[in-house]
Amino acid sequence: MRTDRLSATQLVEGVLRGNRRDLARLISLIEDEDPSVPSALSQLYKHTGRAHIVGITGPPGSGKSTLVTRITTEYRTRNKTIGIVCVDPSSPFTGGALLGDRIRMQEHALDKDVFVRSMGTRGHLGGLARATSDAVRAIDAFGKDIIIVETVGAGQSEVEVIDIAHTILVIDVPGAGDDIQAIKAGIMEIADIFVVNKSDMPGAERKVTEINAMLDTDPRDRAWRPPVLVTNARAGEGIAALVDTIDAHRKYLVDSGLLAEKGLQRSREELKTIMEHKLTAELMDKLKGLPEYEHAIKKIADRSDDPYSVAERLITKFLADYGRRVTESERKR
Amino acid sequence: MSSPKRIRVLVAKPGLDGHDRGAKVVARALRDAGMEVVYTGLRQTPEMIVEAAIQESVHVIGLSILSGAHNALLPRVTELLRKEGADDILVIAGGIIPEDDVPGLKKHGVAEVFGPGTALSEIVDYIKAHVKL
Amino acid sequence: MSGNDDTAKALRQWEEGAVAKTLTKFPEREPKFETISGVPVKRLYTPLDSACQDYQRSLGFPGEFPFTRGVQTTMYRGRFWTMRQYSGYGTARATNRRFRFLLEQGQTGLSVAFDLPTQVGYDSDHPMAQGEVGKVGVAIDSIADMEVLFDSIPLDKVSTSMTINAPAAVLLAMYIAMAEKQGVQMNKLRGTIQNDILKEYVARGTYIYPPKPSMRLITDIFKFCSEKMPLWNTISISGYHIREAGSTAAQEVAFTLANGIAYVEAAVKVGLDIDSFASRLSFFFGSHSDFFEEIAKFRAARRLWAKTMRERFAAKDDESCKMRFHTQTAGCTLTAQQPDNNVVRVTLQALQAVLGGTQSLHTNSRDEALSLPTEQSVQIALRTQQIIAHETGVGDTIDPLAGSYYVESLTDETERRAQEYIEKIDLMGGAIAAIEAGFMQREIHDSAYEYQRRVDAGKRVVVGVNMFAEKEDRKFDYLRVNPDFEKEQVAQLKKLREKRDHGLWREAMRSFRIAAQGEANLMPLIINAVKAYATVGEICGVLRQVWGEYKAPDIM
Repeated sequence: MRTDRLSATQLVEGVLRGNRRDLARLISLIEDEDPSVPSALSQLYKHTGRAHIVGITGPPGSGKSTLVTRITTEYRTRNKTIGIVCVDPSSPFTGGALLGDRIRMQEHALDKDVFVRSMGTRGHLGGLARATSDAVRAIDAFGKDIIIVETVGAGQSEVEVIDIAHTILVIDVPGAGDDIQAIKAGIMEIADIFVVNKSDMPGAERKVTEINAMLDTDPRDRAWRPPVLVTNARAGEGIAALVDTIDAHRKYLVDSGLLAEKGLQRSREELKTIMEHKLTAELMDKLKGLPEYEHAIKKIADRSDDPYSVAERLITKFLADYGRRVTESERKR
Repeated sequence: MSSPKRIRVLVAKPGLDGHDRGAKVVARALRDAGMEVVYTGLRQTPEMIVEAAIQESVHVIGLSILSGAHNALLPRVTELLRKEGADDILVIAGGIIPEDDVPGLKKHGVAEVFGPGTALSEIVDYIKAHVKL
Repeated sequence: MSGNDDTAKALRQWEEGAVAKTLTKFPEREPKFETISGVPVKRLYTPLDSACQDYQRSLGFPGEFPFTRGVQTTMYRGRFWTMRQYSGYGTARATNRRFRFLLEQGQTGLSVAFDLPTQVGYDSDHPMAQGEVGKVGVAIDSIADMEVLFDSIPLDKVSTSMTINAPAAVLLAMYIAMAEKQGVQMNKLRGTIQNDILKEYVARGTYIYPPKPSMRLITDIFKFCSEKMPLWNTISISGYHIREAGSTAAQEVAFTLANGIAYVEAAVKVGLDIDSFASRLSFFFGSHSDFFEEIAKFRAARRLWAKTMRERFAAKDDESCKMRFHTQTAGCTLTAQQPDNNVVRVTLQALQAVLGGTQSLHTNSRDEALSLPTEQSVQIALRTQQIIAHETGVGDTIDPLAGSYYVESLTDETERRAQEYIEKIDLMGGAIAAIEAGFMQREIHDSAYEYQRRVDAGKRVVVGVNMFAEKEDRKFDYLRVNPDFEKEQVAQLKKLREKRDHGLWREAMRSFRIAAQGEANLMPLIINAVKAYATVGEICGVLRQVWGEYKAPDIM
């Protein structure tokens, strides 16, 4: 049984010193939404921003995990350290998850410069876990050069990876001779690099043609046209070229100023998300015990009041309250 | 699912034993009981198991072994956990492990051994009772 | 047929009359009944049920296509099945003792169990071998161990089955070389190597190399033996392990036959004429709990394989269509609780195999849910077979259950379900494609999970476990492998490496490596290497380097 549970802030020093156990524990606290986490992340923040974050998404069966392993091997020969986060869907009914991506990464099992973490989505939609972004941050502060985020992308809405990754790889496999797209439209649009894996299967060339045809019809005028690469991850073919392309994309982002631009946009969105999250949490916490709240809900349900007016009233009250508390605490300081 | 906290379990097959029916069935049952299960597959060395357990920050390590090599392999896992300061992780085992060997394994740090015929609910209940989130 | 109409009418009357009346007084034990594999079981089977109306076509005669009733013309009236107990543990010396004990006790064939390091191509001093040497079978590192293993055993009189898969070529080479030293030529050797790598990927886990080079090694063996070892079974295409991993009876038949089809296709592809090797293919099934389902399963498997060989592969020789098989009673049904109950289970399962027409049989010992069998336990297991053979009379007539409305109906149904699976696998591109997509593994896992849930819910009874359980105080004596065996084996290995002729060894390994990188048949080169005292680990190690290792697909 866990006896002493360290708080997130106690783990910060360890993370910065390269203690992987502390990193792992911090990620758990992030997943558990422990109250000590924001403060720890705040301390780690200035140490982040160095890693290149690569998102890898694609339908089940496309060989993502094997590809991730191969990319890792290639990067290791180029002396890069790697962090890998594998996100798998949690059961909507039981909340549990079977996290089996690690099986495919055995060759890096004892490499101290490769850190692998499996995460369940824990009810969060969008393809990632709520904790993924902060976990990637922690791994960035820990010092990994490249962080790979692997997620299942099959549905149209599983595009959240675009918010945290610099370079997004979309993986597909040759079809069984039909035209049904394994990848849905939304995911096609976020790709920086397309990879047709399992190139030994029949139809690989056709798949490449299909993707290029789709790119030809893209109305956006993009300076970076996503290359369509072909790999056989199992046989280790096409990997060096793929890694070269990832590096090339990084260079493009830096040279074009897009990296800085994205960074700005990301910071704006992240701040907004954190503030929204915090405000909502505080609001709901304030309302939780309030008899007035429960009463209002009943009135809404029986149509003697309406949710629009109720919301207006409660928020005004909350903000006034909030403002008062802020003024008080500032006065105290 | 109000709390985001989940029990995390590593299910591993140490050594050369290739019979994974039990390990997979248990992994699935734990998932159905709401736990996050990292399944490592076959041919795990004690070093690989402990490293994975640390990176995944699991609460429990479940070891499945039917080859008779449990007396050699399981204590190595618990010893490595101790060396890493990670012996707060609960270690349980299952498979073909004679009753006579259980006290010795427990002395080495294996918390419980679940022999053939154990109901899945027994394992689930044990973990839930012994892991405080 | 008017006879059928009358029967149908009378059946209806019986159901609506007597049955309905009885049900109101005594409801049946279950709302519906199923075999353990989920096949519905009716209250009563009648002439209306069986499709064996055409006797010649669906049943035929023993020793004649489609072999439903048996592969030999006189079956057990001519000769009983081979009583072949799988055994081995510790060192070659200890196992040799057990072999001789079993032969003295009346066993009629040998079956060798190898330890895990040997099965996975590691020598006893490999780091991954630590703690595993001699535990689940005998440790064999070199031909020197083989010689001790078969000391005082006449290889021209005894047939030997070796449960070895990825390194099968190496162990076969050692057997050949060792027999040669005994003065027995390889064309006189009788036996089997399991050599079934596909089921390793699916259910057993002792694979080494990826599928393509593994198939090359297997077809090399087929070719070699078709020319040099006419009495040797080159493969034992196995369903036992698939069943042990949790499959249903139909899946056991389907996946085994699908694998068999893959092997035949591979052999044909490298230019072998089907009738030159097919008669030396053999099979291996389990014998599980559901009495009639198992008997039906064996008959269905025989008929389905015969049809497959004739229709799919156009085999001309009847011998090529015969499914000869070994059976082992189902280990997964044994309980650690109240071990003596296992004697009863094994007896029934052995009887099923005999009524199903098996060619050879291994009966599990009562203590096998706890450990490897003691001498006393394995003796009981052997006696079980001997009692069935000599006291019950079931071997005195051939396929006695033929014509049973239930058994024939179940045989047809099992064949139908298996055929459905095979067609599905065909659409996926064959067994190898299905395995790489994780299809077989997932099906088996789903069946295994379903079964466990039923047991846990009490819907499937396991006597002594979820019903009639007791608090056990009884001390059970079981076999323990001496831990010094490992030390002894490692020391011997070291000495062997020091004493062997280095020049000879180096040259043998060099030419072997070149052949592995090319396309030559590897058997002669492996025989050459083992004669130079190359070890299992060294030979398999070269192949690991040249071919790489297999990576299992994600099935969860």
